Amino acid sequence: MLLRHTPKEIKDRKALTINPAKTCQPIGAMYAALGIHGCLPHSHGSQGCCSYHRSTLTRHYKEPVMAGTSSFTEGASVFGGQSNLLQSFSNLFAIYDPDIVAVHTTCLSETIGDDVSQITQKAIDEGKIPAGKHVIYASTPSYVGSHVTGFSNMCASIAKYFPEKQDYELDQVNILPGWVEPSDMREIKRLMSEMHVPFVMFPDTSGVLDAPQTGFHQFYPKGGASVPDLKRSGASSFTFALGKFSSEAAGEELRKKCDVPYEVMEVPIGINATDRFLMKVSEVTGCPVPESINDERGRVVDIITDMQQYLHGKKVALFGDPDILIPLTEFLLAMDMKPVHIVSGTPGKYFMERMKEIMGDDFETGNVKNGPRADMFLLHQWIRNEPVDLIIGNTYGKYIARDENIPFVRMGFPILDRIGHSYFPVVGYAGAMRILDKMLGAIMDQMDREAPEEKFELVM
Amino acid sequence: MSFEKLDDTMMKTYPTKVYRKRKKAAMVNDPGEVKEIQANVRTIPGIITQRGCTYAGCKGVVLGPTRDIVNITHGPIGCGFYSWLTRRNQTRPENETAENFMTYCFSTDMQDSNIVFGGETLLKDAIQEAYDLFHPKAIAIFSTCPVGLIGDDVHAVAREMKAKFGDCNVFGFSCEGYKGVSQSAGHHIANNQIFKHVIGSDDSRSDSKFRVNLLGEYNIGGDAFVLEELFEKCGIELVATFSGNSSIDHFANAHTADLNLIMCHRSINYVAEMMEVKFGIPWTKVNFIGAGQSAKSLRKVGAYFEDPRLIARIEEVIAEEMLKTDEAAAEYRPGTEGKTAMLFVGGSRAHHYQDLFAELGMKTLAAGYEFAHRDDYEGRRVLPSIKVDADSRNIEELHIEKDPGRYSQALQDRKAALMEKGMEFSDYEGMMAQMEKGALVIDDISHYEMEKLVEVYKPDVFCAGIKEKYAVQKMGIPLKQLHSYDYGGPYAGFDGAVNFYKEIERMVNTNVWGLIKAPWSNQSAMSAKYAGGKHAVASHT
Ligand code: SF4
Ligand code: SF4
Repeated sequence: MLLRHTPKEIKDRKALTINPAKTCQPIGAMYAALGIHGCLPHSHGSQGCCSYHRSTLTRHYKEPVMAGTSSFTEGASVFGGQSNLLQSFSNLFAIYDPDIVAVHTTCLSETIGDDVSQITQKAIDEGKIPAGKHVIYASTPSYVGSHVTGFSNMCASIAKYFPEKQDYELDQVNILPGWVEPSDMREIKRLMSEMHVPFVMFPDTSGVLDAPQTGFHQFYPKGGASVPDLKRSGASSFTFALGKFSSEAAGEELRKKCDVPYEVMEVPIGINATDRFLMKVSEVTGCPVPESINDERGRVVDIITDMQQYLHGKKVALFGDPDILIPLTEFLLAMDMKPVHIVSGTPGKYFMERMKEIMGDDFETGNVKNGPRADMFLLHQWIRNEPVDLIIGNTYGKYIARDENIPFVRMGFPILDRIGHSYFPVVGYAGAMRILDKMLGAIMDQMDREAPEEKFELVM
Repeated sequence: MSFEKLDDTMMKTYPTKVYRKRKKAAMVNDPGEVKEIQANVRTIPGIITQRGCTYAGCKGVVLGPTRDIVNITHGPIGCGFYSWLTRRNQTRPENETAENFMTYCFSTDMQDSNIVFGGETLLKDAIQEAYDLFHPKAIAIFSTCPVGLIGDDVHAVAREMKAKFGDCNVFGFSCEGYKGVSQSAGHHIANNQIFKHVIGSDDSRSDSKFRVNLLGEYNIGGDAFVLEELFEKCGIELVATFSGNSSIDHFANAHTADLNLIMCHRSINYVAEMMEVKFGIPWTKVNFIGAGQSAKSLRKVGAYFEDPRLIARIEEVIAEEMLKTDEAAAEYRPGTEGKTAMLFVGGSRAHHYQDLFAELGMKTLAAGYEFAHRDDYEGRRVLPSIKVDADSRNIEELHIEKDPGRYSQALQDRKAALMEKGMEFSDYEGMMAQMEKGALVIDDISHYEMEKLVEVYKPDVFCAGIKEKYAVQKMGIPLKQLHSYDYGGPYAGFDGAVNFYKEIERMVNTNVWGLIKAPWSNQSAMSAKYAGGKHAVASHT
């Protein structure tokens, strides 16, 4: 047994987190910054954090992840990191020539109390930022929130910095996709094109973290939201902020700065959430949902009707980020599946409120928890008390899945041992199809593996 | 020649101050006249570096591979999360129920209130909860950056909890990431605490005759398993491995061994030095990477014990093993002969793996460490001349004295006698003495320098870590990870050498690189018959 010390009996813990279902803010900020074209993330702290964040993103995407660090030593920790950051600016622009440097803090610089905006101003005053180049900044202390918070904070900084307020309105909408994969961003863009909706999306990591093999390392890959597009987003007629936890803050900044109205919607995972999103897009833009998308939707529903017997009543344990778990739970329920154990390390009351709405009576009978010590150790204990038919979550779930012999579908961050997430979406109807394919594959593979010989089915 | 090209681009691109600093860390090698290289100094802010932090070196590298210690990261969640299972230290608990906490991540997950009001109570509670849940033999606490700043005294907490439990060793590490300049400081801190709190606490010893410790072998990809088997075949008892496939119990009686063998000099030489002063155990440098070096290292053990039967047995094993490696080399060498490699990684592997490449007939064009010191490049003879700077001074140097009851003068006498016969002890000659004249040596290589090197020299294989892997591969050059082995291995010992030969032959000859260019990429222009109307011309360049 890989997790041999996890007892069935659950005791309350108030201090020890075991096998976390979250990680820290800066990695989210780094990920968001990579979704801007020509942007180099910079970690203001000691170099270990930056190394960890780059490594984890690299393992997840199997792509280069470039980022600078202020490389604090003890001196900087005592006297503050101003000179480290000033030096960093000079060196980053001279050596790596980014259009934008996106600074985020770490626990260290936050604890010291470095004022990055003041240091940046000093750098500008001293001429350390070349003309036409940009520095943006997000405060991302990891002792608050989670990686999702860091993502949200960097998105908010982008929204604060680039969009320009105009006295005219463009026939376009903004889409803040939330913390989803490059494949998902690509899919949302495809849906918009199908509907002929002009849009600006940011961040957009497609074309950055799924870059093609060309025999040449493009330090700033083709993808990412461009500065002109970001500037124009201030004149958009509406903002879709997908995922309350990852996009609301940026939507609000855009409204404050440029008066762009926004609505927070769920990340379009599953049929209902995608329906709502497309309806709203159609309502705002006047662009109808075309028949091609209607057919896609029909194909998903068709799969579900065909395969209902393998889905109905299946108990599922899920862990991950709130913006993904909320619509995913809704999708599972729509297919008569039973999400019974759900944890997210990311804190926030809204998660429980929304889960309650979605789950109805199942909320009381199920196990749902988020925030401190809502971790995978607890999830595993719940599973040991009430076994499930399927686990959905990031790669770390495979230890539980193997110990308990439960089919496992990888979804979330990080996925360190498979590749599909970068290339195949989970959003939209196409994403729903992929989720179905993966779930059915996992469940039915186990049936095939474990059926007695006389019950081994050819046709299923 | 090409070094000038590299130097030239560095000079043109780097700000003057950066160029001046980096220049001291890059040079053309001459084994006959080893020059002074800059190493173990601060990474310049804003430089994209391979390096990690002290916490990573302490918790991840040295203590990570031990299965029966509950390792609690005291800090916000990230540091613990990222060091959770990512280093591939394999382990084999004694049986189905024996303790193994390596699959777990324990953290105090500090919140802002702890940053403001201190985290000692939180830490105590966390230790108590870990004890109540698991009743482990030992609990270790690893401090992350904020902990040092807010002034939590993890050592006092550890002492208090240890006294309270009575049956659980609790100790702490002040391995905040900002200490030192790289992982290296973390190795030193780990060495100190393991020496202080664990080594020497169990005096029991088996009655086997040839008892050694293997230091600086972390069982990435199963390396330690291969070596355990090899030692057993030869009839040599491994008392403790620091720290691949280890249990804290092994550390506790490591001081009963008769010889310390050092694999990774950088990360563990401190423990070897301290064991020699306190217990009189001599140490010698070995290298079990490559068939030739593995044979040489085994022979060293035979020579040390001067036992004819052991020596004969070792020769038998070497002969048997070399059949396998010779056969494999003959099979794979036609695909690798004359090809070139570069190695930029860690604190010893960039040196050790050069032997494996040599066995494949491959030339090492350039190499450098990520976090080593001058002695790892130039040899330990330069130790007295290394200046201790502010960043090293804040890492504690333990003052060790002879343990009168347990110090072995006999071992020291044996060492003295063998030294007269020419055997080497307490020495490491470093990377540069072994590298060819004209090869490049670069310490703490930056991302920029790495890309330029690849562009200028176009090696057939580049060895580094995960952060470098895909950038180099995008340039059409395969990158072999020498931290994680790309989830392959083992590469140590004779069996490992066979795996490595095969792996490198695959990497340098794979067809995949031939697919990069699309067939139409050479067509300059095509008049479009269909799309875009009659006059449109699509150009493909
Ligand atoms: S939790 Fe804080 S100190 Fe740890 S990796 Fe994240 S930012 Fe760095
Ligand atoms: S540098 Fe500090 S905060 Fe960052 S990973 Fe290392 S210990 Fe954690």
